[in-house]
This record gives sequence, C-alpha cells and structure tokens, in this order.
Amino acid sequence: MGDGLADRPGLAARRHVLTVGASPHGVRAALIQVNGVLCADGVGRDDRGTCETVLAEVLNNIVEHAYGGKDDRNIGVVLSRDRRGLVVEVTDAGAPMPGGCLPDPKAAPLDVARDDLPEGGFGWSVIRDLTAGLEYRRVNGINRLRFRVPFGA
Amino acid sequence: MELDHDIKGDVLVITPAEPRIDAAVAIQFKDGMRTLTQDAGGRVVLDLRRVDFVDSSGLGAIVGAMKQLGGQARLELASLTPNVAKVFRLTRMDTVFTIHDSADHALQAAASHG
Repeated sequence: MGDGLADRPGLAARRHVLTVGASPHGVRAALIQVNGVLCADGVGRDDRGTCETVLAEVLNNIVEHAYGGKDDRNIGVVLSRDRRGLVVEVTDAGAPMPGGCLPDPKAAPLDVARDDLPEGGFGWSVIRDLTAGLEYRRVNGINRLRFRVPFGA
Repeated sequence: MELDHDIKGDVLVITPAEPRIDAAVAIQFKDGMRTLTQDAGGRVVLDLRRVDFVDSSGLGAIVGAMKQLGGQARLELASLTPNVAKVFRLTRMDTVFTIHDSADHALQAAASHG
C-alpha cells in the first residue's frame, strides 16, 4: 500500500462508527461489516483477518463479561486508519473490568493430559499479541478500550 | 451448524459447511461433533477448508470436540485457512493437534503416527 492515504476517500479520511448489538450474532454481523469496510479501503487479507480476530475477542468479551449476556445492549466501535494500522476505540456501558484494569492472563499449560486442555481463556492473550498501545479507562460508567492493530505484522 | 461427514477407509472425515466457527455457533458445533463422533473409535479428521474464521469460542469448541472423544479415538485437523492457522499458532494449539495440509494428506498419513 502506497502513500497518499489522505488523497483517497475511506478510513484514512474519516472515522467509521458502528453500533454493535451485544449478542454473538450482533458481533458476527459487525465483523462482517468491518471486513467489508477494510476491504473497500484496500486493506489486504492478512491484515483484515488480524483485525477481525482482535475485534471478535474484544466484542465477545464485552458480550459475555461486561454485559453478562444481556443482549439488548449496544457496543460502540469507532475505526480510523493511520499509516501504521487500524486505530480502534470500543465503548460499552457494562460492568467495569475486574480490578479496574486489563487482564493479563498467563497462557494455560498445553503439555497436559487431553482432559485437562483449556477450552477458553485465549482471548486476552490473542488481543495482547495482535495489538499495540492497548489502553483501558472507565469514565462515568463507560468502559473505553483503545488500541491499534498494526498492519503487516 | 451443518457438518458434512464421510467415512474413508477407517477415518471419519468431518467438514463444517459454514465459513465461521464463532461464539454464535460454538455450542452447536460441539454438540454436532459429539453426535457424529460418539461411535468413533479411531481417527477423526476435521477438514477446515471451508472455514475462514475461528474465534476463541470456536477454538475452545474444537478442543472440546477432541476431549469428548471416547477411548482410542483422536481428532486431527486438515486444511487450515490462513487466518484460522494464525489463531492456532498464537494460542499454541498448533502444538496440540496433528495438522495436515489437506484431508487427502491426512488419509495418506500412516494411521500409526502420533
């Protein structure tokens, strides 16, 4: 992808704002929509896949934990581009992060008996691996998560 | 969740027909796998060639599908598309499963390996 992003319409020139229904199907629809936006903006398949994976984990966490499965709620997503990648801001009005800060789970050991293999707990390590500048704030009852998905990583 | 399936020799090949194994279908996927594999006693190959997206719920359901197999049965994977392969790599689940380039490769692989 060349320079001159500002000359083109698309994410480089404007923000893209989505309201996501806080349910697994709402998340799925949003991911498909974001993929279309990024594709139209000339983002390559690998980078689109990375964005989709990160957004899926972030949004699923909110659906499951912040909103605890109450599926009549909404999640706000604002996307913008800079030269290094996709800048994402996600807001929700659900429960705060436990302890007021982002989890940093240790990966569960995998050299264990089949019955002891983990079936979950992958989300935050995937988010941390694929993002930069991850930042969480709780202001006036709103969770606000900001990060960049670097491209070409 | 539609799961195509076929017995080839002594190998059960299961091919999800939908492009996503995500939080919206993870439980259905795991239940469908349980139904299809309850009598399986040998190799089960999950052919993911049509799946272009797996999130951590889907990944957990694939691990769960392996754990719910009986006795000697074991689950192998085939045809991971690029973004699916990345999720397995990031979570190091690629070290847990035998992963084949394709279902055909899986069928050619000696049944005794692993």
